[in-house]
Amino acid sequence: MDRGQGYWVVIVTLLVAAVLAVLPLPLWLVWLRPEWVAMVLVYWCIALPHRVGVVAALLAGVAMDLLEGALLGQNTFALAVVALLSVGLYQRLRLFSLWQQAGIVFVLIGIHQLICQWVQNLEGVGARSPLFLLPALSSALLWPLVLTVLRSLRRHYRVA
Amino acid sequence: MRIVLTLLVVAGLIVADLRFNSLDRTRALLDTLVTPVYWVADIPSRLSEWQQTHLVSRSVLQEESERLRRENLILEGRTQQMASLQAENIRLRGLLNSAALLRDDVVVAELIGVSPDPVRQQVVINKGARDGVYLGQALIDADGLMGQVVEVAEFTSRVLLITDLTHSVPVQINRNGVRAIAEGNGTLSALEIHHVAATTDIREGDLLVTSGLGGRFPVGYPVAVVSAVERDPGQTFARILAQPTAALDRSRHVLLVFTVASTADEAQ
Repeated sequence: MDRGQGYWVVIVTLLVAAVLAVLPLPLWLVWLRPEWVAMVLVYWCIALPHRVGVVAALLAGVAMDLLEGALLGQNTFALAVVALLSVGLYQRLRLFSLWQQAGIVFVLIGIHQLICQWVQNLEGVGARSPLFLLPALSSALLWPLVLTVLRSLRRHYRVA
Repeated sequence: MRIVLTLLVVAGLIVADLRFNSLDRTRALLDTLVTPVYWVADIPSRLSEWQQTHLVSRSVLQEESERLRRENLILEGRTQQMASLQAENIRLRGLLNSAALLRDDVVVAELIGVSPDPVRQQVVINKGARDGVYLGQALIDADGLMGQVVEVAEFTSRVLLITDLTHSVPVQINRNGVRAIAEGNGTLSALEIHHVAATTDIREGDLLVTSGLGGRFPVGYPVAVVSAVERDPGQTFARILAQPTAALDRSRHVLLVFTVASTADEAQ
């Protein structure tokens, strides 16, 4: 993997996403917390499919596992699958309208949440209600915002 | 093919972390690496705290200082007899041939993060291996038991709260010494007490304190107050809910308990 231009932007945005992911939220919001890291990862997978993919997902995943105190591998597995799917779909995703993309993001984050839920059930701490799917909804609704911000960052710093 | 292999390796990692403790060392090391993320995420609450302590009017500060002085006086009054009572207690225990009472030292820690995962009741505190924190150490706040340390990194450690689904704490009723086990049910506001016979003397409002059985938690810290007792004649066991006394979702300043053996001489 040869280093492209502005690769640090990818790293910084993922770090910011990680901070947002552990930012304390009021109790009524915790089930709605969007999966920031997964969203940022999806964006870079679509924008730079030859540079950002499963390897980046693995690194981000391990960091998220440590931050969440989850089983080592829970987020790693989920994010790897999300990255795999987004890299596979990038040509179609780029042609989609904003809300069509948001729909796909809904599905991708939903898959992410399901995998996390499976692993948590192995551990015996899984959610007792389908509330754990809410982040898919909040992430899809916030997708236009994430897309706009990341796209302007990519253009401004000419990440390629 | 490579992808499948990668996913298999990650799946192996999950199993390794789930079944064996072999990854604990690695985790502690890697945890130290990701600590800065928690520091950054903590900045907003730190700022609001700073603003609360620095940008207040003189009169508010004076009022608070006055209130604290009064509170301090009352607390000091209450502890006056502590030394002699403690010595007496140790002597009596000696007469009864029971083990010496343990004295607890505490270290103030600050909460810097809360697990973002709503199914996991965990918090991160700003004391770690460097400050002598050890696995299984008890964490309390001003009102009661909060949880125990489950991961120690260099500068931080992760604490499992007593309300986590996977957590149980041995307790006894302060009023009559009946023992029970309080299990977390995944919500911050309640503990469940299972397998208490329907005829057991337990009422709403009973204070549950740590019993010290199991050797994990020090004896005598308040854990919860019984909030509901349902006795169904058809069931063998009563259904009991208790509300944690610690402010699990609000406390920012917490105490780590170091247990030290104490003798009668020291207490005098």
